[in-house]
Amino acid sequence: MNLSRRELLTTFLGAPLALAACRESPRRFPDGDIVGQSAELGHILRENRTFQVPADNWETKRVAIIGGGIAGLSAAWQLRRDGVDDFVVLELEKEAGGTSSSTQGPIVGYPWAAHYLPVPFKENVDLISLLNEMSLLDGVDVNGEPVGKEQFLCREPEERVFFKGRWYEGLYLHAGESDEDKRQYAEFQRLVDIWVNWRDAAGKRAFVVPVEQCSTDVEFTQLDKITFADWLSQNGLTSERLHWYCDYACRDDYGLKVDQTSAWAGLFYFCSRVRKSGVESQPFLTVPEGNGQFVNHFLTKVGDKVRRSQMVVSVVPTENGVEVITLRNGELRGIRCKDLIYAAPIFTAPYIIRGFQNDAPFNAAAFQHNAWFVANLQLKDRPKPRFAKDFPLAWDNVIYESPSLGYVTATHQKGIDYGPTVLTYYYPMCHDPVGRTTLFNYDWKQLTDVCLSDLSRAHTDIYELTTRIDIMRWGHAMISPRPNFIHSGIRERAIKPYRNIHFAHTDLGGIALFEEAFYHGLRAADVILVGDRG
Amino acid sequence: MRRPSLLFLNVIIIATCGLIYELLAATVSSYVLGDSVTQFSLIIGVYLSAMGVGSYLSRFIDKDIAERFIEIELAVAIIGGLSAPLLFLSFAYLSYFGIVLYTLVFIVGTLVGLEIPLLMRILKDKLDFKELVSRVLALDYAGALVASLLFPIFLVPRLGLNRTSLVFGILNAGVGIWATWLLEPMIPTRKLTLLRVKGFIVVVILAIGLIKADSLTTLAEDGLFVDNVIYAKSSEYQRIVVTKGKVGYSLFLNGNLQFNSFDEYRYHEALVHPGFAAFNGDAKRVLILGGGDGLAAREVLKYKTVEQVQLVDLDPAMTQVAYSVPALGELNKHAFEDPRVQVTNTDAFVWLDNVSTEPFDVVIIDFPDPNNFALGKLYTTRFYNLLKQKLKPDSAVVIQTTSPLIARQSFWCVMKTLEASGYTVKPFQTSVPSFGIWGYALAKLQPFDTPTKPPENVELRFLNNETFASLFEFPSDTSKPDFDLEINRLDNQALVRYYETEWRRFEQ
Repeated sequence: MNLSRRELLTTFLGAPLALAACRESPRRFPDGDIVGQSAELGHILRENRTFQVPADNWETKRVAIIGGGIAGLSAAWQLRRDGVDDFVVLELEKEAGGTSSSTQGPIVGYPWAAHYLPVPFKENVDLISLLNEMSLLDGVDVNGEPVGKEQFLCREPEERVFFKGRWYEGLYLHAGESDEDKRQYAEFQRLVDIWVNWRDAAGKRAFVVPVEQCSTDVEFTQLDKITFADWLSQNGLTSERLHWYCDYACRDDYGLKVDQTSAWAGLFYFCSRVRKSGVESQPFLTVPEGNGQFVNHFLTKVGDKVRRSQMVVSVVPTENGVEVITLRNGELRGIRCKDLIYAAPIFTAPYIIRGFQNDAPFNAAAFQHNAWFVANLQLKDRPKPRFAKDFPLAWDNVIYESPSLGYVTATHQKGIDYGPTVLTYYYPMCHDPVGRTTLFNYDWKQLTDVCLSDLSRAHTDIYELTTRIDIMRWGHAMISPRPNFIHSGIRERAIKPYRNIHFAHTDLGGIALFEEAFYHGLRAADVILVGDRG
Repeated sequence: MRRPSLLFLNVIIIATCGLIYELLAATVSSYVLGDSVTQFSLIIGVYLSAMGVGSYLSRFIDKDIAERFIEIELAVAIIGGLSAPLLFLSFAYLSYFGIVLYTLVFIVGTLVGLEIPLLMRILKDKLDFKELVSRVLALDYAGALVASLLFPIFLVPRLGLNRTSLVFGILNAGVGIWATWLLEPMIPTRKLTLLRVKGFIVVVILAIGLIKADSLTTLAEDGLFVDNVIYAKSSEYQRIVVTKGKVGYSLFLNGNLQFNSFDEYRYHEALVHPGFAAFNGDAKRVLILGGGDGLAAREVLKYKTVEQVQLVDLDPAMTQVAYSVPALGELNKHAFEDPRVQVTNTDAFVWLDNVSTEPFDVVIIDFPDPNNFALGKLYTTRFYNLLKQKLKPDSAVVIQTTSPLIARQSFWCVMKTLEASGYTVKPFQTSVPSFGIWGYALAKLQPFDTPTKPPENVELRFLNNETFASLFEFPSDTSKPDFDLEINRLDNQALVRYYETEWRRFEQ
């Protein structure tokens, strides 16, 4: 192995694997490309130029929505549900969807990021109405809680973890745990249960989706001041496998390590989807294309309003509304609207909104995002188990010793258990303080090498099986709930409209979840609708 | 030459080994190709004529007769010794098995045919002609008797075909090496050493074969299965093995018995006919899910009213096994060649989800037991809900649902799952000696009376009017447990977990 390959693998997968891979001769590479995400396009905005739109290139809309991700599409869906038709959705990329994007393959679709949604609690009536509209639910149970249709509830086996040459069922590694590990795991569950059951004076839960519904009791908000790793050690939870489990949870949901994540956010992950102590976490709704199913559904409802490849270069607040300037194929166009829903990442606001920096109600740069790369591997067949009794291929497949998050099997939910499949491999750049820069320093071949070297630990036949790998580099994948962010007060300020600009993005929840994006999309739309009714 | 009388012992062993190889070839071919009369007749004919060819060819060997004799003996040892494993492997992996079989028989026959004339020429100076012919031929025929007695009484039952073949190869080579001492004066020293080295190599190869017999996949199955493996193939989906024993053929998928030809009619009659009994009127369209062995189809085709049989089985290697192993084709009465039968090779779950068809009158579901998640999905509420799209209100469904004795919770979990999916279910059971007590579900989408008699005008070996109703009775040790069982769903796969726990008790 040459020096640069060793350096690459050390950077992404750690020294031991780099040394192991060193002994392997270079292998044949599959086909593939870097896809999506026009980083160069977005970065033009950094120049902060002024733009002159020709006079006859202006049009007028009641509402403009910037961003065709879940937040923007949810806002559009809500507007149309309430009879507003005079709006437009402006999407930067060639396809709408944001981090819920997906691709339809020959066998099944596959996701580029978000790939499941927990069944909501009965209180989340708006989300339930969406799920009913999509026929994903099978009515309610005796307690009035919504029930997912069987074919959409994540099929067993849900997860498995690869450790020292073997796959084990579940995410938490029970195999080989000591009595002390067991005690600590039970203690951790006990602490989680306390928060699950806790209600404040107003009857609010400590942790619930959306974040806006959570109790703001200081007993909890102070958890936001320390890291989740600190919280674990304060509670005497030092078990290595428990630490790994919590670290995995943080990397998976937030793209942060356990010592980078706010303790509040860490506990949110474990508590917010459990109805009451002793019951299982809410089941997941999933389909092969992941949350692409929501994008596709929204597009059937509001697709006619979505304009793609529209780079919004400038937003100018005026006396009676907002002017939006877009650039497409070198042509500048303007939209005058009464209200603007800003459903793009919040950190971009100062680059786009004219004058925002002068009287900014909040520091947009505090909405930090992390970087990821996601690879979709087309396999001509399933990896062969190394021995007959190994735990079989699951939906989510995690490698214990890897900084990646492992992979999700696209065909799993459809019951397609033989033959070709697509694996979606997730890698958050949280191990690297300059992860975004590092990520964009590497090309397709190098990232493919990382992905295959990583997976070959568990699947020695991955090189022969993989026919194609496409990779998406997410420079600004999702909001990072580091300590002192969620309960610092900044979100509350950003939720308030800035002139006629209504921010609506999952960033505002402080946590990158479909439910947050949906909630803020609807909230922004509702504010406008209420204003109309005066 | 030293001690010519010992050389006569050689004759008897050569004769025994030769006949053993012949019997092995005939047995293997009758196992895998069926029709033992034809196979034995052909093999004996080819073998004897090849011996004649060998005897004729012996005239062209003029020099170094003793050396040639030993070389030929070693050649017989290696080819004959490896013949049975070679035949099994070539049957499993090659399409031109017949060519391999008869070539092998011809080569061994020719070599054995060379041996006796050469031996007689070696001995000709020691004895007068009359003495020579009488002794050699007498011993030759005596050897044949030894072989023909040993083979069925001791060798096949105790050693199996592969080991018999390898053991006799070693014996054959050992005699060859021994002959290098007996014939020492007739062979130059340098060549003697070379012959002994050759003999040693042959013994080592055959011994390795014997030791490795267990680790080689196909041969290992000889240890795994009580009977002789006559067909083994790893398809894309599973390992298919057919064995032949005293009482008949058995089919194994991934080591799990699917049927034994001795009593499979009990299993398949119980699987098929209650469905027809419960359907009101003449069933015309029948769906079989699983059942790639064609035995359920054989039962279905007994009904002249049936116009169309759609069979969906995952594995093309399975639905073709009847062609690969003619004995199985005979067993299923060539069901897949019936124009009424349409075979589709795909996962039944995916098929139900994606393919729309006219509804069926009777559905027979014959999947392997739910011992993994990919099979477990075929017993879920989702699966039974998908199946509804292929049913009319009066359609009858029969499902094999594992043993209610060994896996009582699994069995009743399936019943509960069917009820939860909206079916009226009549569980029933019967006894299939090679499986034990076996269970089934008879289900319909509407309430129905339990049938009391098998359909009329169908030729049945097992079911009859007197005992049919008793199928639906459950003794206390197989009846519904009084505690709550889970419903098997895609998102809990409860059945796979019940099944694994219950069957694990019977694993070593």
